[in-house]
Amino acid sequence: MSRNKIFSTDHKTIGIQFLVSSLIFMGLGGLLAMLMRWQLGWPGSALPWMERMAPQGMPGGIMLPEYYNMLFTMHGSIMIFFGVIPLLVGAFGNYLIPLKIGAPDMAFPRLNMLSFWLLPVSAATVLTGFLAEGGAAAAGWTAYPPLSGTQATMGAGQTFWAAGVIVLGFSSILGAINYIATIVNHRAPGMTFHRMPISIWALFTTAILTLLATPVLAAAMILLLLDRAVGTSFFLPAGMIVDGSALAHAGGQPLLWQHLFWFYSHPAVYIMILPAMGFVSDILPTFARKPLFGYKAIAYAAVAIGAVGFLVWAHHMFQSGMNPALGTSFMIATMVVAVPTGVKVFSWLGTLWRGDIRLATPMLHALGFISMFVIGGLTGIFLGSTPVNMYLHDTYFVVGHLHYVLFGGSLFGAFAGITFWYPKMFGRQMNDRLGRIHFWLTFVFFNSVMFPMFALGMSGMPRRIYDYTQYPALAHLTDINRLMSIAAFCLAASQILFAFNFLWSLAKGKPAGQNPWQATTLEWTTSSPPPHGNFAQTPVVHRGPYEYSVPGAARDWTPQTEEPPRGQG
Amino acid sequence: MGFFPESASSFGGEIDRLFWAIFWITGFFFLLVQAGLLFFVLKYRSRAGRKASYVHGHTGLEVIWTVVPALILLVLTIASQKVWSEIRSPRRMPKDALHVEVLAEQFAWNIRYPGPDQRMETPDDITTINELHLPVNRPALVSLKSKDVIHSFFVADFRVKQDAVPGLTTQVWFTPTKLGQYEIRCAELCGLGHYRMRGQVTVQPRRDFEAWLVETKANE
Ligand code: HEM
Ligand SMILES: [Cu+2]
Ligand SMILES: [Cu+2]
Repeated sequence: MSRNKIFSTDHKTIGIQFLVSSLIFMGLGGLLAMLMRWQLGWPGSALPWMERMAPQGMPGGIMLPEYYNMLFTMHGSIMIFFGVIPLLVGAFGNYLIPLKIGAPDMAFPRLNMLSFWLLPVSAATVLTGFLAEGGAAAAGWTAYPPLSGTQATMGAGQTFWAAGVIVLGFSSILGAINYIATIVNHRAPGMTFHRMPISIWALFTTAILTLLATPVLAAAMILLLLDRAVGTSFFLPAGMIVDGSALAHAGGQPLLWQHLFWFYSHPAVYIMILPAMGFVSDILPTFARKPLFGYKAIAYAAVAIGAVGFLVWAHHMFQSGMNPALGTSFMIATMVVAVPTGVKVFSWLGTLWRGDIRLATPMLHALGFISMFVIGGLTGIFLGSTPVNMYLHDTYFVVGHLHYVLFGGSLFGAFAGITFWYPKMFGRQMNDRLGRIHFWLTFVFFNSVMFPMFALGMSGMPRRIYDYTQYPALAHLTDINRLMSIAAFCLAASQILFAFNFLWSLAKGKPAGQNPWQATTLEWTTSSPPPHGNFAQTPVVHRGPYEYSVPGAARDWTPQTEEPPRGQG
Repeated sequence: MGFFPESASSFGGEIDRLFWAIFWITGFFFLLVQAGLLFFVLKYRSRAGRKASYVHGHTGLEVIWTVVPALILLVLTIASQKVWSEIRSPRRMPKDALHVEVLAEQFAWNIRYPGPDQRMETPDDITTINELHLPVNRPALVSLKSKDVIHSFFVADFRVKQDAVPGLTTQVWFTPTKLGQYEIRCAELCGLGHYRMRGQVTVQPRRDFEAWLVETKANE
C-alpha cells in the first residue's frame, strides 16, 4: 500500500480507516466482556490458559478482584471512546458528510487526517496501562476521584488512561470543527438546510455537542493528572487516610469531578445515539419506499435533544450528596428530553405506515434499532425519577439501560449504517442472507444477555461487583447470571458471521453498481466507490432527501438531483 | 414479579408504587411501539402491485404524540417530586430520629452511636464495625462520612442509597418497619475490595436495641 493510502487526506479513506479501527477496538472490548461474563457466570473458577495472557491478573487462571475492575473499566472505556464514538462520528461523519451534501472533500482534509491518527495514539496510550505497574486503570469508565485521583489509590494505568482520553478529546474536537465548517460552507447548490438528509442534521448537531462539551472533559482530565502527578488538590479533600497513612491533600472537592465529567459525558450519550438515529431516518424511507414522516419534526427533535442534553448531566448524581433541590431540576430536564425522543420514535412508525416495506439486512437492523432503543429510552424514565433512582442507581438496572442504549441503539444503528453504505464504500454488496442470519442471532442473544440485567437490578445487585455471591441475599442469582453468560458467549460468536461477511464480500460480493438500493440522496448519484473528488460534476439539488413513491413519477424514487418537470416549481 | 426484596422501611412502599406506575405507563408505550412495528412490517410488507403512499406527515398526529407524552411525563415528575421531597427535603427530616454516624473506609463501615449524652465524639460513644442495629419503627438519621474514597451506603430492603463522600457529611434518613437482618452493600466502586464491603443491619424491638447498646459498650 502506498504512503498516500495510509496517510490519506481523502475523507473516504479516512472514514474507512475509522471504520476498520473502531470495529477492531469493539472486538477487543467485546473479548474483555467475555472474561467478565466468565467471572459472573462461574465466580472464582479457573480459566487455565488465561494465566499466560494475564499472569498477574489471573494467577492460575483465577481472576483477581482488581483484574475484574480493570476489565469493566477498559471494556467501558474502549467501547465508548474507541468503539462507538469513532464508529458513528468518525467513520460515518467522514465518509458521509461530503458525499451527502455534494462536496468534493472535507473543508480541512489535513486536520481530518490528524483527527484519525490521534485515535491509535490515544488507544495505545490507554492500553499501555495493561503493561504498567499495577495494571490498567480500574476506577470505571467514569473514573471518580479520589479513587482515580491519587497514586495511593490507583496505579500508573490511571495516568495512561487520563492522558489517552485527552488525546482522544483532541481527535474529536478536530473532527467536529471540520464537520461544522464543511456542512456550513460546502453544500452543493440547492442543498438548503431543509433538504439535508437527517443523518447530516444529526452529525451536525453531534459536532456542535462535541465542540462544546469535549473541552470540559479535557480540562477535567488535566486537573486529574495534576492531582495525580504534581500533588495539586482539585478533587481531593483534606483528611484522606489510605492504607493507614494520611495523604497531604487539602481543599479539593470530589463532586467537582462528577459535574465536569458528566457535563461532557451526558452530551456524549447523545453524541453516541443521534448519528444512529440519523442513519435509521435515512434507511427507513429507502426500504419503506415512502417519504420520512415528519421530516422537520425529526430534524428539530435532534437539535432539541442536543440542546436539552446539556441540562441533564447531574441526573447521574442524584444520590451523590448533591443538594436534593438540584436533583429536582435535573429530573425535570431529564423528563423533558424524553419528549423529542418520543417524537422521533412515533415518526419512524409513521414512516412505516402504508409503506412498501422490504426487509433487507440494513432495514432489519434499523427496525431492531427502534425496537431496542425504545427499551433503553423507557428504562431511562425509571432512572430519571429521583426516588426510584435512589433504589436503582448503581445497580445492574443501569447496566441494562446503558446496554440497551449503546448496543441496542448505537450498535444496531451502526450495523444498519454499515450494511447500508458498504456497497458505496467498497463497490460490492454484502451477502444479504448471511446478514439476516447475523441480525437475528445478534437480536436474540443480545436480549438474552441484557434483559435479565433489569431483573438483577431490581433484586438489588450492584454493578461493578466482582463476586456478588459474597452477599448471601444475592447468591441465588447465580443461575440467571450463568444463563446470561452463555448467551453472551453466543452473542460474541455470532459476530464472527459479521466479520466474515464483511471480509468475504470485499472480494466476492456481488458488484453493487451506483445505486443498489434505489435511494434518492446524493451519494447514490456517483460511482461505488466514488472517485477522488466524489462527483464528476458538482451536483445541483432540486428537492428534499426522501422523495419516494411520488405520484405520477415513472419510478418509486426521485433523486435529489432530478430536475422538476418544466413549468413546475 | 418478585424480584424486589420486600420493602422494610416507611417509604419503601411509596418508591415501589412509583416504580410500578412507571412500569405500567412505559410498558404501555413499549407494547404500543413493538406492536406497531410488527403490525406495520407484516401488513405493509412489499408485495407485487403495492405502492407506498406519498405522505410527508400529519400535523394533528404530530401534536398529539408530542403533547400526550409530555403531559404523562409531567404527572410522573410531580409524583416523583412528592416522594423525593418527603425523603430528602432537609426541612422534613424527622426531629426525633435516632442519630447514627457511619464512617466508610476501604472496605468497611465504622458505625458510631452518640451514647447517653446524645453527642458524637465523646467518651460515651458506642462504636461497632459493619454491625448497624436499629430500633423498629423509629426514624434513623444516618450521617455518612468517608476516610478515603467515595462509597455508597445501600440497603436494598429499605430502598435507601446515599454516597459517602470524603470531605463531606451526607445524610439520609428512613424508618425501618420490619424486624430482621438486612445487608448493607457498597454501591459505589471503591477499589479492589468493593465487592466485599458488606455490613449488616439488624432491626430490633426497642428494648432489645437498648440492651444491645449497653452490652456493646460493656464489651468495647
Ligand atoms: C458483547 C456484548 C457485551 C457484553 C456481554 C457486555 C457486558 C458488560 C458487563 C457484564 C458490564 C458490567 C460490569 C460490571 O458492572 O461489573 C458492562 C459494562 C459496560 N459496558 Fe458492556 N457488554 C457488551 C457490549 C457493550 C457495548 C457494545 C458497549 C458500548 C457500546 C458497552 C458499554 C459498556 C459500558 C460503558 C459499561 C460500564 C463500564 C463501567 O461500569 O465503568 N458494552 N458490559
Ligand atoms: Cu446521562
Ligand atoms: Cu465501598
